[in-house]
Amino acid sequence: MIEVKNLYKSFDGEMVLKDISATFESGIINQIIGKSGSGKTVLMKSIIGLFPIDSGQILYQERNLPNMNRNELKLLHQEVGMLFQGAALFDSMTVIENVMFPLEMFSKKSKQEMIERARFCLERVNLQPDTVSSLFPSEISGGMQKRVAIARAIALNPKYLFCDEPNSGLDPVTALVIDRLIEEITQEYNITTIINTHDMNSIMEIGAHIIFIEKGTKAWEGSKEEIFTANNEALEDFVFASNLYKKIRKTQQKTKNN
Amino acid sequence: MLGLDTLGRYVVLMKRTFTKPDNWRMFGRQLPREMVKLGVDSIGIIIIISIFMGAIMLMQTILNTESPFIPRYSNGLILRDTMLLEFASSIMSLLLAGKVGSNIASEIGTMRITEQIDALEIMGVNSANYLILPKVIGLILCMPVLVTLSVFCGLLGGLGITVLTDMIPMADFIYGIQYAFIPYYFTYSIIKSLFFGFIIASVSSFYGYYAYGGALDVGRASTNAVVNSSIAILLMNIILTRILLT
Repeated sequence: MIEVKNLYKSFDGEMVLKDISATFESGIINQIIGKSGSGKTVLMKSIIGLFPIDSGQILYQERNLPNMNRNELKLLHQEVGMLFQGAALFDSMTVIENVMFPLEMFSKKSKQEMIERARFCLERVNLQPDTVSSLFPSEISGGMQKRVAIARAIALNPKYLFCDEPNSGLDPVTALVIDRLIEEITQEYNITTIINTHDMNSIMEIGAHIIFIEKGTKAWEGSKEEIFTANNEALEDFVFASNLYKKIRKTQQKTKNN
Repeated sequence: MLGLDTLGRYVVLMKRTFTKPDNWRMFGRQLPREMVKLGVDSIGIIIIISIFMGAIMLMQTILNTESPFIPRYSNGLILRDTMLLEFASSIMSLLLAGKVGSNIASEIGTMRITEQIDALEIMGVNSANYLILPKVIGLILCMPVLVTLSVFCGLLGGLGITVLTDMIPMADFIYGIQYAFIPYYFTYSIIKSLFFGFIIASVSSFYGYYAYGGALDVGRASTNAVVNSSIAILLMNIILTRILLT
């Protein structure tokens, strides 16, 4: 579980995040949603510790991240897996080397054990190790890169998983596959997962706990079931931006009236 | 103020770079790779440039010092000392700043903008140490070999002129390059190259590490790396010459 309390963050005197408080439970998908530029990426990077915050608390099971020294932060990061928007695989390494990288860096496993673990992780994300292991990231599709990145993120059995717009650049079918994969892994290993997204399909598919960020503040909090009925103007603008969701709302209203 | 800010960030980055590696086995694997990429892969260009510069410098010296009062063997001596004192260390380092420096800055800069450095940090890896230390140590270890090779090739270029032209007899040239040899000049050249190797790798890494934005910004970081490491090499050259030769 991760708890964020009264988080403030500014860049060059300009306040980007204001008084954000939230609790992210383990075993479910927590989503941070909002328009581009609303501050959701800054919030995620602040929670991970990539951006130092101005004030507030970020508690990883009672361990307050802003108070950690470099060594404590390093140890915490070994419990964290992250899926970046562009996958962020290491170009100079093959797929199997990418997945093995955290193991080689921090585990005391033998080479054979590391290979076995990496192959297991690749299989877990529905990739064939025999086919993809020796390929470089530039030789595989965007969807496969995302899966390899998930395999790398889970290689060390993380307690916390962060995903920054995992669906960006993917077709709707592959996006759905990635979403479900993240959800399965979260439930299977009871991970605290936080996903940063503005993809409504993803929100409606896996969003168990959603935080809506608007102009650097937490404007709404709830679940995907509550999102259509939320009485929040900014959230409505966000959710019903597309005609598809406008139609869904109309249908829901009709059903309700009948 | 901007200069001081940049210098401060450079010092902080170097402090993070020069720490114990997170994993010695990984460092041991990275180091030879970097030595090949930065040093061994530069051998070709160093051989070509040194041979041609040695040849042209000897020709220019002969053409501009034709006098009955100046012994002909002095042309060999001048070429040897020029290669040893300045060309093999300083000029070759400026060339390497262009070739190796831009390579380092663009590699690390691309890793930065594609979030690969963030990925390292998230895993708990000291990215500065993991990426920069093998490059710095690798280039420093390669520099003495490259300098020695450059001196040798420069003299070989001069020797080629004695064979291919009648500008200077080979015997005079051979006598000249051995005459009044001061071994300390070689030591001086090697010491300088170690400092220059550090400057090229660390300054270029610095500009790559703090690159942000897109492809244009990586290009800008690469240019800044070459320009600033060249300036740093020239400044350091003056300081080291003052300390080591006067």
